Amino acid sequence: MSRIKEAILETNLQGHKAFIPYIMAGDGGLETLKPTILKLQELGVTAIEVGIPFTDPVADGPTIEEAGRRALAKGTTLRKVLETLATFADEVAIPLVAMTYLNPILAYGIDDFAKDAYKAGIRGVIIPDMPLEESELVHPSLQAAGIDLVQLVSLTSTPGRIEKLTKASEGFIYAVTVNGITGARSSFEGNLEDHFKTIQSYTDTPVLAGFGISTPEHVKQFGSFTSGVIVGSKIVDCLTKGDWETIENLVKASKAVPLA
Amino acid sequence: MSKTLIQNGYYGNYGGSFVPDDVQKVLEKIAEEFAKVKDDPAFNEELNFYLKEYAGRETPLYFAKNLTEKLGGAKIYLKREDLNHTGSHKLNNVLGQILLAKRMGAKRIIAETGAGQHGVATATAAAMFGMECTIYMGAKDTKRQALNVFRMELLGAKVVAVDKGNGLLKEAVDEAFLDLVKNHDNTFYLLGSAVGPTPYPEIVEHFQSVISRESRAQHLEKEGKLPTAVVAAVGGGSNAAGAFSHYINDENVRLIGVEPAGAATLTKGSPGILHGFKSYVLQDEEGNLLETNSIAAGLDYPGVGPLHAYLHETGRGEYVTVTNEEVLEAFQVLSRTEGIIPALESSHAVAHTLKLAPTLSPEDTIIVNISGRGDKDVQQVFELLKNQ
Repeated sequence: MSRIKEAILETNLQGHKAFIPYIMAGDGGLETLKPTILKLQELGVTAIEVGIPFTDPVADGPTIEEAGRRALAKGTTLRKVLETLATFADEVAIPLVAMTYLNPILAYGIDDFAKDAYKAGIRGVIIPDMPLEESELVHPSLQAAGIDLVQLVSLTSTPGRIEKLTKASEGFIYAVTVNGITGARSSFEGNLEDHFKTIQSYTDTPVLAGFGISTPEHVKQFGSFTSGVIVGSKIVDCLTKGDWETIENLVKASKAVPLA
Repeated sequence: MSKTLIQNGYYGNYGGSFVPDDVQKVLEKIAEEFAKVKDDPAFNEELNFYLKEYAGRETPLYFAKNLTEKLGGAKIYLKREDLNHTGSHKLNNVLGQILLAKRMGAKRIIAETGAGQHGVATATAAAMFGMECTIYMGAKDTKRQALNVFRMELLGAKVVAVDKGNGLLKEAVDEAFLDLVKNHDNTFYLLGSAVGPTPYPEIVEHFQSVISRESRAQHLEKEGKLPTAVVAAVGGGSNAAGAFSHYINDENVRLIGVEPAGAATLTKGSPGILHGFKSYVLQDEEGNLLETNSIAAGLDYPGVGPLHAYLHETGRGEYVTVTNEEVLEAFQVLSRTEGIIPALESSHAVAHTLKLAPTLSPEDTIIVNISGRGDKDVQQVFELLKNQ
């Protein structure tokens, strides 16, 4: 079974919801990558989404985009991120999920990327600018290396489209909770519970909610009808400020959601 | 029009649609509607009405006698897109797309702009059709093209200065796409160049191909033959796409695209993915985009339309570069010899023509696409020359 799916199901079996924080690799310098990942692991997160900075991040909101710019300014590259991760991969027990855009992967070379990413502890990849129709570009190499290709399902996807995406998604389904880009939000629109139930009805792969989740209440709200949550901008913001207390409270919230 | 070149959204290996799923859905709707209207007589009748009565087409194919005599060699014809209403070729595409937007029921138009020409054309058409309009423009470009910002505002558009990153066209495109993702229910993104995900490159080429449709007929009438070469500036490549389109199958006509030396995507770039499409991209070995530098804001872009990537790779198109200094010189030469002040973008095409014409014989003819007029650039050139 996929390492990521296994980690999420294990968390659920323990009575908790999965919690995946997003971090921007190289924000604050690549030397912060190891302590940040090890500390998040210690807090009991299920997996970690590692963002790779890119000059043209079309799906990122202001917080993550700025973090990416800071990381790029410090000379962070995909290659350096994978090299750094590989130096402490044996200390990381939880799976890592890389979130990057297509162009850096193509520039790296898909086969080399897949092999190096696996060595670095990456077990899943999210590529927001790669539509399902083009996924054959990278999927065979990732599959050969043992890396999941996670699909994003948007709020506006039609049922037919949701079915295709959920069936193709590996590791988990990244279900977007808002229209638009990443970023902390105060509230969400519409009846999302039904939307998530529709997604889950097509597959036994866990469905996780992401985009805009920024408070322990959000974690509990979305956790009540999903297998877990992904928190991005808020975590990036907290890491910038060194506010570990807020991060800890977010992780705790995922452990306080009763299983449906 | 080179429609035979496009298959499943690709010009050869270039094009495609690399966007998040929700944008893809919006693009599919646009593609569907475009497929319905492009050969629809009623749509084309309406478009032609506006092109003639509002934009002022057809534009002349002017024989530049003085420049020809000065340079010696090939006869030079200028395709006067600068004489379009709003001062550039941009209005051709804007009128086409805004009629498309109207058919799709959009209430709000958004666009990106570099030099401001596309922004002005969009704001103009939005005003005429009574649609709400927001224009994204790099903060740096709003400074060097302040007069165009004022024009857009005068026309009732909201101009958003994007101060992220380098504050150039690339960042403006990013912001426009974010807006589209958030507001696609009521908003049409009127993309200004032959770039972006499918179907935009094809849409823009289609609406701009009026340039070569006219110039081909005009040249045949004046010279009784096809031109030796067609020369056009290339940034994203919309004016060049339009200027080349009807000649692509005329294999003896040389198609020459002129890039700025500081943003020479085809000459110095490599295949990559940017803004949702695959083409030549100026990038480092990690796939990150490189900064560009052109005297012409409209060409300051690290990518190029997929049609040009295809023409470049197949050798059908020739792509060359000129320096900012050569452009500045060409700007002045055309002004003095013909009394025509070209846009800095178009001055790239003129700059290469200054080199090319003397190498050809008097039996040869060159069509230079004067994509826009230089009024918007006069202040910038004034400052540059003052400091020389």
